[in-house]
Amino acid sequence: MDGLLREYLPILVFLGIAIGLGLVLIVIPALLAPYRPDPEKTSAYECGFNAFDDARMKFDVRFYLVSILFIIFDLEVAFLFPWAVAFKDVGLFGFWSMMVFLAVLTIGFAYEWKKGALEWE
Amino acid sequence: MTVADYAFYLFAIVLTAAGLMTIFARNPVHSVLWLICAFLSASGLFVLLGAEFLAMLMLIVYVGAVAVLFLFVVMMLDVDFSELKAGMAQHLPVGLLIGLVILMQLTIVAGDWIWADAAPMLRAAVAPPPAEVENTAALGQLIYTRYVLLFQLAGLVLLVAMIGAIVLTLRHRANVKRQDVLAQLYRDPARAVELKDVQPGQGI
Repeated sequence: MDGLLREYLPILVFLGIAIGLGLVLIVIPALLAPYRPDPEKTSAYECGFNAFDDARMKFDVRFYLVSILFIIFDLEVAFLFPWAVAFKDVGLFGFWSMMVFLAVLTIGFAYEWKKGALEWE
Repeated sequence: MTVADYAFYLFAIVLTAAGLMTIFARNPVHSVLWLICAFLSASGLFVLLGAEFLAMLMLIVYVGAVAVLFLFVVMMLDVDFSELKAGMAQHLPVGLLIGLVILMQLTIVAGDWIWADAAPMLRAAVAPPPAEVENTAALGQLIYTRYVLLFQLAGLVLLVAMIGAIVLTLRHRANVKRQDVLAQLYRDPARAVELKDVQPGQGI
């Protein structure tokens, strides 16, 4: 096995432990815990009175806007990582190519700031 | 078989099963959760291929962000499960037809695919040798200089996505009182407060 995968072996071990522990925590209560449901126990509890309506309601579209703006800047940062790692190799051209990329996205950032997309009214 | 082989089969089987469950799960929210499981297994496969950076990107972008976006979309759709099941029989023939067409196209592509003899050499001429340069550094050496046009186009696509999302979804509500910080800071106390000397028994 080559060196890279050997370094990732602990993560695989952690993954195995996590899956095993999850299974144990699901299986043992299913076998041992007492299970005597009745309608009052299983019904929705809302501070003592009956539930007003269904929990599945529509989300406001503004949550979507915030998360999509987050993804765009997430991708921008993702492009910065290989650039930083290979900084000594890319030279002046690579440096300015990243600066142009950042400038383009800064235009978008200024636009969204000006439009008030970052404000939660 | 080595541990790496076992890990490959583990991730590959989980990936395939999670992909199938994404399609077959009745509840759309469960579908998204299975999709997240598929993304996680795919990032494990990327690590096994030696593509560390893509694996971590898969975790950050797909599991962290895109999956949340999918969940938002599912919740915004206001899914009515009984309505979904009623439409199933109606849309099934069209869906099967489209699936069949795509399957045939993929078969044609896979059947006719011929590797050019020069292809491995062309790839090796561009990319630094994997044994000497690690994955992230190799990507960094290529993206920003050799593939600068594609890189800048990616930036423009992100810009278009940003502006598009704002134009499509941003609606300012009327009658919302907002805080204007500058107006508050520059408010003049001398003009904001007026002192009146009220005589007893006269009122203002």
